[in-house]
Amino acid sequence: MGILGIPSKTDFGFRTKDGAVVHGVMAQFHTAANVYHAAEKVRDAGFAKWDVFSPFPIHGIDEAMGMKRTILPWIVAGGAATGVTIAVLMQWWMSGVDYPLVVQGKPYAAWEPFVPITFELGVLLSAFSALIGMLALNGLPRWHHPLMKNERFLRTSDDTFMIVIEAGDPKFQGEETVAMLQSLGATHVELVEE
Amino acid sequence: MSHIPPDQLSADRLTGRVPDASGWLPEPGTGDGSLSDDPAVRAPLVLNNRSVHEITEIVCGYCEKSPGRWWLPLFGLSATIAGVGQLMILYLIITGVGVWGLTNQVDWAWDITNFVFWIGIGHAGTLISAILCLFKQKWRTAVNRSAEAMTIFAVICAGIFPGIHVGRVWMAWFLAPVPNSNVIWPNFRSPLLWDVFAVSTYATVSLLFWFMGLIPDLATLRDRADLRLRANPHQARLPFTPFKPDQLRVYIYGLLALGWRNSSRHWMRYEKAYILLAGLSTPLVLSVHSIVSFDFATSILPGWHTTIFPPYFVAGAVFGGFAMVLFLLIPARELFPNMKDLLTLRHLENMSKILLLTGMLVGFAYAMEFFIAWYGGNDFEYSVFAFNRALPIWLHEDGAPYWWAYWTMISCNVLSPQVFWVKALRRNPLVIWIVALLVTIGMWFERFVIIVTSLHRAFLPSEWHMFYPTWVDILTFVGSCGIFLTLFLLFMRFLPMFPIAEIKAILPEADPHGHGHGHGNGHDNGHGNGHESEGH
Repeated sequence: MGILGIPSKTDFGFRTKDGAVVHGVMAQFHTAANVYHAAEKVRDAGFAKWDVFSPFPIHGIDEAMGMKRTILPWIVAGGAATGVTIAVLMQWWMSGVDYPLVVQGKPYAAWEPFVPITFELGVLLSAFSALIGMLALNGLPRWHHPLMKNERFLRTSDDTFMIVIEAGDPKFQGEETVAMLQSLGATHVELVEE
Repeated sequence: MSHIPPDQLSADRLTGRVPDASGWLPEPGTGDGSLSDDPAVRAPLVLNNRSVHEITEIVCGYCEKSPGRWWLPLFGLSATIAGVGQLMILYLIITGVGVWGLTNQVDWAWDITNFVFWIGIGHAGTLISAILCLFKQKWRTAVNRSAEAMTIFAVICAGIFPGIHVGRVWMAWFLAPVPNSNVIWPNFRSPLLWDVFAVSTYATVSLLFWFMGLIPDLATLRDRADLRLRANPHQARLPFTPFKPDQLRVYIYGLLALGWRNSSRHWMRYEKAYILLAGLSTPLVLSVHSIVSFDFATSILPGWHTTIFPPYFVAGAVFGGFAMVLFLLIPARELFPNMKDLLTLRHLENMSKILLLTGMLVGFAYAMEFFIAWYGGNDFEYSVFAFNRALPIWLHEDGAPYWWAYWTMISCNVLSPQVFWVKALRRNPLVIWIVALLVTIGMWFERFVIIVTSLHRAFLPSEWHMFYPTWVDILTFVGSCGIFLTLFLLFMRFLPMFPIAEIKAILPEADPHGHGHGHGNGHDNGHGNGHESEGH
């Protein structure tokens, strides 16, 4: 038993004295610079299930955390291609096949007048895929999370910074992980229950 | 360790009830501290040394505390005007478009003028959000949220008019490509149909963009309400409801925040999505007003049939939109405590310069239309510009009865922004506000001039008609202003008027490389791994 009272790992994962499942350890930092440099150390220690929480996106934190590039642009490209395809097929079929209408003697399925709507639908579906794709990759909407029970954690949307290492990380070692976070300059380390 | 509610002293300082004791004073000769003329000095984007926490307190305070005595009377007034506007729409629908002053000749008048006017105003929001974002103009954070809100409300007002001017409103769904009992499809070769797609896409994408920007800030409001509720679970309930105010905030803001929890892994994708939306919105915003201008330019009517219309309309939209942003935010800056720290004189000056630039672009377009009307040698086109618009009827018997509309447009749009050549004037909020008001009036007249003066005298003199608005025309337009203002007042009361997270990110203390190093070192290093060795 150490500072936070995490016993060693059981077959059922980490548990507190009272038997509650441990979600992870949360370490608080007061400046963006401190959390940035701590994140670099946590990255170098080889953790996988961990995260930095901050009231705004910290410039360069993706590198400090060793994050991979997101596939979001490809999702948006897929949305754009879908929108363009739907628009072209819709206009060609409606104007050129199903209901050919003589307008100023122009060809029924001339492509030129189809450009504006093709563009608009391409943008519309890309925009939807950007927002929905971002939310889906982030696992949102998710209206509850173990961290949100924690009062101190809620201050990350105001002015504080947190590093959370989850107990499910293969490198998570209870008290040793806590000691590491403290050595990185955390002003407060706390246990978060599932 | 709940720190909310903030201790009273800090709350008093933050709401402006006690003088600011932070000891921050602007450099002499820089106005409020943001107006340095030294190009080597980067103007501070937030004044008064505001910390990250103070930004949260200031912006959230606008939606959590009462905005002051002015809000409710103003809201009541604008909601009443909006109600009158809705009654006019109802009257139009149950009676017919004959209640307007339209005639066989002038069959588009105030309705389409209002449509183009509002959709033009709706362009500044996306311009500020998207184009300034792509150009990495950090000063946009002071205005982007309210400009985006304004965009959506303006597009709502714009959407009303084409919807109701079709006459049989219950047939408006014929505009959409849905199968109907006549087995016909809409005509995809008509710019009016392009317009339907452009405006509805623009409305949707603007809404998505605005909502996405709001997500982290809604999470901030949710968390603050949650903390207050935990600190004091026995809050008084709202009158006549079973809800405590903060409970309601946790539910509503929490529902809209979609469970955002400020994770860096989320922020990374969020920023990518934001930049992608900005990249998509930039061509979109340019396309929308181009397509609106096609409604006119693809017709053969002299005065409308002009290739300059798309860029001219886009410049005019940016011009009118920025004028509306300034028109709304300069009074808000006076009414909300501490807003001057976030929206500085430098921001106003920047927007004045954009007004000056776009005003001259518009002026160039007016001149070029005239030049081509003369140089092109088409009698009909020349007559529209010379005799239907510019030449007053009291100077020439064939002159324009609408000369006053044309010259109102020229003086408001081309002449009035010229005052911004003088530095002292473009840094004076009152002057900027007056010019913004004039530009807003001028831009309405621009659309009136384009639409009515071109239509009221067609090819045959026997078709010549004047257009006179009826009281329904006038009250519908006034009502649309009421709808716009009502929505904007609700926005100011209940949603964060500034992008809290984005403003925090541009504060000096947000820079992970700026602290603990020598001055400016971190910037030069970029953000490689080099600083690891520098130690802390």
